[in-house]
Order: sequence, then structure tokens, then C-alpha cells
Amino acid sequence: MMALNRLVSSSAGGALLRPLSALSLCTAADTPITVETSIPFVGHKCDPPSRSVTTTATELLSFFRDMALMRRMEIASDSLYKSKLIRGFCHLYDGQEAVAVGMESAITKKDCIITAYRDHCIFLGRGGALVEAFAELMGRRAGCSKGKGGSMHFYKKDSGFYGGHGIVGAQVPLGCGLAFGQKYAKDGTVTFAMYGDGAANQGQLFEALNMAALWDLPAILVCENNHYGMGTAEWRAAKSPAYYKRGDYVPGLKVDGMDVLAVKQACKFAKEYALQNGPLILEMDTYRYHGHSMSDPGSTYRTRDEISGVRQERDPIERDIEKEVRKEVDEAIAQAKESPMPDPSELFKDVYVKGYGVESFGADRKEVRGVLP
Amino acid sequence: MANLFWRSRGLALATRRGLCTSAVEEQKGKGGKAVNLFSAINQALHIALESDPRTYVFGEDVSFGGVFRCTTGLADRFGKHRVFNTPLCEQGLVGFGIGLAAMGNRAIAEIQFADYIFPAFDQIVNEAAKFRYRSGNQFNCGGLTIRAPYGAVGHGGHYHSQSPEAFFCHVPGLKVVIPRSPREAKGLLLACIRDPNPTVFFEPKWLYRLAVEEVPEHDYMLPLSQAEVIRQGTDITLVAWGAQLAIMEQACVEAEKDGISCELIDLKTLIPWDKETVEASVRKTGKLLVSHEAPITGGFGAEICASIAESCFLRTCLFWQLEAPVARVCGLDTPFPLVYEPFYMPTKNKILDSIKATVSY
Repeated sequence: MMALNRLVSSSAGGALLRPLSALSLCTAADTPITVETSIPFVGHKCDPPSRSVTTTATELLSFFRDMALMRRMEIASDSLYKSKLIRGFCHLYDGQEAVAVGMESAITKKDCIITAYRDHCIFLGRGGALVEAFAELMGRRAGCSKGKGGSMHFYKKDSGFYGGHGIVGAQVPLGCGLAFGQKYAKDGTVTFAMYGDGAANQGQLFEALNMAALWDLPAILVCENNHYGMGTAEWRAAKSPAYYKRGDYVPGLKVDGMDVLAVKQACKFAKEYALQNGPLILEMDTYRYHGHSMSDPGSTYRTRDEISGVRQERDPIERDIEKEVRKEVDEAIAQAKESPMPDPSELFKDVYVKGYGVESFGADRKEVRGVLP
Repeated sequence: MANLFWRSRGLALATRRGLCTSAVEEQKGKGGKAVNLFSAINQALHIALESDPRTYVFGEDVSFGGVFRCTTGLADRFGKHRVFNTPLCEQGLVGFGIGLAAMGNRAIAEIQFADYIFPAFDQIVNEAAKFRYRSGNQFNCGGLTIRAPYGAVGHGGHYHSQSPEAFFCHVPGLKVVIPRSPREAKGLLLACIRDPNPTVFFEPKWLYRLAVEEVPEHDYMLPLSQAEVIRQGTDITLVAWGAQLAIMEQACVEAEKDGISCELIDLKTLIPWDKETVEASVRKTGKLLVSHEAPITGGFGAEICASIAESCFLRTCLFWQLEAPVARVCGLDTPFPLVYEPFYMPTKNKILDSIKATVSY
């Protein structure tokens, strides 16, 4: 973990060269420690928060664990897809884990998150179980969407995760609707509406921004800038790649999305800001190691050197204690594989609200008809 | 994308697809190399760009060849000013295409998947389709062709499998065209590009790699709004378009074993559609079955059935008339499912059952 290495070399006076195990032995687990983020925040029409982030050894360890778990889950998903146990479309999050983990550490499960189709790790961050994730990926009954959604459609209602959306950019206006509901309820919560640098060019994003600003909604638009909209580099698709400034009249903050502590600080700041002043854009400067989806090798529009360079210089996780995580992931996969496929009758469930007598027609309208459950 | 999947199943189905090429077609284009559907589209785009310097190809990732490889090599050959990537903004890129076409150019816009066409729905329905009408023919965007891969691929799930053709068939001013094979795709796409009306061209993505047939290398066009009888028969008329024809063809072969002679029609252009060819066939067979992947309710099959019921149910008709209720074998009235795709699809067996029920009515 980069942040941790920095901490070790800066705050702890260089005495502790072995990061994790040594740290947990020598520092009281919950003693607050302060770490300076390596890259400063850049603000647009707002004063950026301090670079000094308060954390504890326990929190840092949990960050590491969560990110390593996410990384392992995505690598395992890659294998499952290649062995055809996962069908449909599958977009992996490895490289961007610090965003999901840092964000969760700054907010509560009463705050809402809504994202696009790169959603596995957000689900995990919201407290979703590995088994539910893998079962959903493989279209099994135990999945978080009963096996009916697949990779792109993860949801977790009890902790405010509104999914899991398939169309580029379409989830952002929905996020503003969620935020309006929160503001109306005066419950002091906010919505994080996430989208990518590719989606940042969709028109509906600007419609959503205008409404959010007009009505001072507690909406935080999180642009996860991984620098590629599918196969197109941001400079080919965006006249202004300064996504945090894209809101014009809406303030923004550029954040090092590869630094979990920077993400935490930014999200904490954003929540407080949005509750008082209305919407804010957070641009998370991050990177995805995999291609856009499983059919994209991810190496035709960028160099292998670029990818390995990011791995070496900016990776949000450094891999030391992965065995435990690997075991946990393997067990979850085994358990998910035990889960049966959904019952065929599920095909007709949840198309409309239950029990309203809506008729559906089968292959041949004359012969096959039924009332939807 | 489903590349791997297609390759693995490609061989078996490719031969079956070959059946679709009828004798009529054989006469039309002689020989040519055997190519798959995406290469045929690619050839058509090369020809379009080559033959008219005012032709442009644009869309998400097209300058790299596109996710289905349909635009491979175009940017290298014709330059990045004529073949270019757009940002991920369907509404914007279609609107842009309408403007480009209004200046007298041929604008070929690619929507990466038909499922993503809906952000551009307003531009297509309200701007493109009505431009000529509402300007009293002062302006038009006839040079606009919107290409979009549609339909199932075996495991595409909710947002990579839909067949949205019926939405566009409700819009006078547009043409909607769907090819069934590589040779058809090349000829029909070139016809769409050169047609003086805005056209939506849906490409059956399941067939991009699967369907292989001999495609003439030269520049040729196939007529729009002209259906084709691709299999002659006497007992029942089957109507379909795009990838569904391959399934229908299989059902025809099976039905034949039971002594049922099916006449199979490829509609090709959905609006304005060739009612006469379908009517003539139904007057001969007395029975009609329409099949499409899109959900049954409100699908374009409904329009065909209603029209034929109207025109072929005359008691005074000199010809044979409709002798059984028209049948539709279509997708179910559910969102396009992920794990349930095999249940959802209008498969060969469902069609075969319906053929038998209709013929023995």
C-alpha cells in the first residue's frame, strides 16, 4: 500500500521498514496518525481540503484488506469469465479499488451510491458478500440480484447501493433524483453518483448537473477518470479532460484516485460541502488494468509499458498478504457454484409489480399466455 | 463482445446459414470471395467512401475498426477527417450526423449497439425523420444512415441483445432495413447509404462472424422495400428478417420432413415494407406466420399480421384467402433476459410447433 509506505518513511521516522506486520505490532492500533497525501488536491471554485489525513493503523490495515480482496475478486472473475462460467458482459475494476474503499470510509451506508456497469467492487464496498457477487456473476439464485442481473447489475438496497446501470451516463440523473429525496427527507445524507471519463461527454450529465445545482441537491458527481472511454483515450474524446471543472458553475475537486487516503479525505470533504452548498464534482484520477470489458484485451490503444508503469508507480495496493484473501475468494467461488440457477418461472417475475394481473404472451400469442406473477 | 463464443460455435452454424442463399440470389451476384458479415459491411463502407468523397463514417471507436471490426482499415485508407471517433454521446453524434447530411453529405453514423440508440431516439424521431416534411422540402437529411448491431448473441444480457426495430417502424420519414447475410448486407447497406432518406440499418450481430457466403467484390446495391421469397412453398407463408431467417430456415427443413411445404420471405426493409410480396404469398398458401426476436406485444409482426388479416380475408377474393389465424412466434414480453435467453428466444422448435398448429387448423 503506497500510503502506508509513505507513512512508514515519513511519519514514523523510517524506523519501520516492513510495512504492515511491523506497523501493527509497533503502533497502537487505534492511535490517530496523520499522513500527508503525496499529490495535492486541485479545486475548482472551492477551497480544497487539507492534504493531512487522519487515520489509524487499524483503518490502514482494513483498507489494505478490502482493496486486496477486491483485486483478488476481479482477477478471479477474469478466470471465471474465460472458463465461461460468467456469461454476458463483464467490466473489471482492478486498479481503481482505492476509489471504492476510500469513498466508503468517509461516508455511511445511509448515503447512497449509484454507478454504471463497473460495479462489482462498489457492491463489495457497500458490504456485499463475495458469495453474492460471484453467484450473481454466474447467474445463480444466490446472487445479489437473484442471478437475473449479471455482472452489470449489482444492487444492495439495505446499504443504499442503487446499482449497477447498463447505459453510459444514464445513472447520473437518477443519482440527482436520489439526492432530492434525501434533501426532502432532511436526513443529512448524500448521494455519490459515479460515472467514467467516457460518460462525462454524455449530454444527460449536464442536464443532471444543472438540476442538481439549481435545487442545491446533496449530490456528489464522482468522475472515475481511468483515462479511457472504452478504447478511446480521453484526449481523443474530451476537449477538456479537466473533468472536475466540467460543471462550470458547479465546484469540483481533482483527487489522486490511486491514493485511498486522498479519496477518503476528498469524500469526507465532499459530503460536508454538498450538505451545505449543493452539488460537487470529484474527479478521481485512476487507472484500470484490464480492458474496458472482457472482449477488450486493453492493449491495443495503450502500451504495455504504460500499464506496467502504473502498476509500479501508482498501484493503490502492494501485494504482501494475499494468501488469506485468495482463500476467502476461492471459498466464495466454490460456494457460489453450489447455488442453483434461478427457477425458470423467475423469467416472468418482477417485470411488473406483483399481483396486478398483467398478462404476458408467449412465443405464440394464441396458444401461450399467462398472468404475470 | 462475444468473439470467442462465436468462433467456438461458428463452424456448425456457418454451414446452416449457407442454406439461406437462395437460387434467386445466386443469379444476382455471381461468385466473389466467401466472407463473413462484418467483412461484407466493411467492403460496403470502403466502396461508399471510395465512390463519393462526401461520405463520412463516425461513431464510438470506429477509427480503430469498431468493436465488431466493421470499420477496420477505413481510417488508414480514407484519413481521420472522414473516418473518426466520436465521444460516448449518442444523442450528440446522431444530431451531428443530421447536420452533416443536411449539407449534402453522406453521413454514416455507427451506434455501437442498438441497445444504446435510445439516447439518440429524439434526434432520430423528431429531427431526422421529419426534417424534410416540416421544412416543406427545403431541407432534408437523406444522406444519413445509422448503423447499429442488434439482436441476441447467446449471452449478451439485458443491454447487448435487444431488437428495437419496432420503435423506428412507427416513424414515417425513416427507412428501417435489416439484412440476413453478408451478400445482402453489402448490397442493402450501399442502397441505404445512397437512398435519399434517413435510414436505420440494423445489423444482426450474431451473424457478424457466423454467416459466411460469397460476396461479389464490386459495387452493387439491392433494392429497398422489396422483399424476397427465399424458399418457395405451398402450405404456409413465413415472414422474418435478419438473423431470425436462419432459424426459420431450419424450421422449414424440419417441417418438410413432416410433409409441410413452407414459403419463406425475407422482408429486408421494415418500413416502408413490401406488402405485395407477402400478400401474394399468403393468397397462395392461405396461412401466415411471422417471427422476430423482439417482444411479441407491439412488435413489427403485429403490423404485418393486422395488414394481412385485413387484405387477405376478403370473402369475395378470387384467390385463396387466409384459412387460419395468423401466427406470431416472437420474443417474450419480458426484458431481454441474461440466464433465460434460451427460454426467451423464438427458437426453431417453437416455430415448428406453430407451423404445425397453423397448417392443421
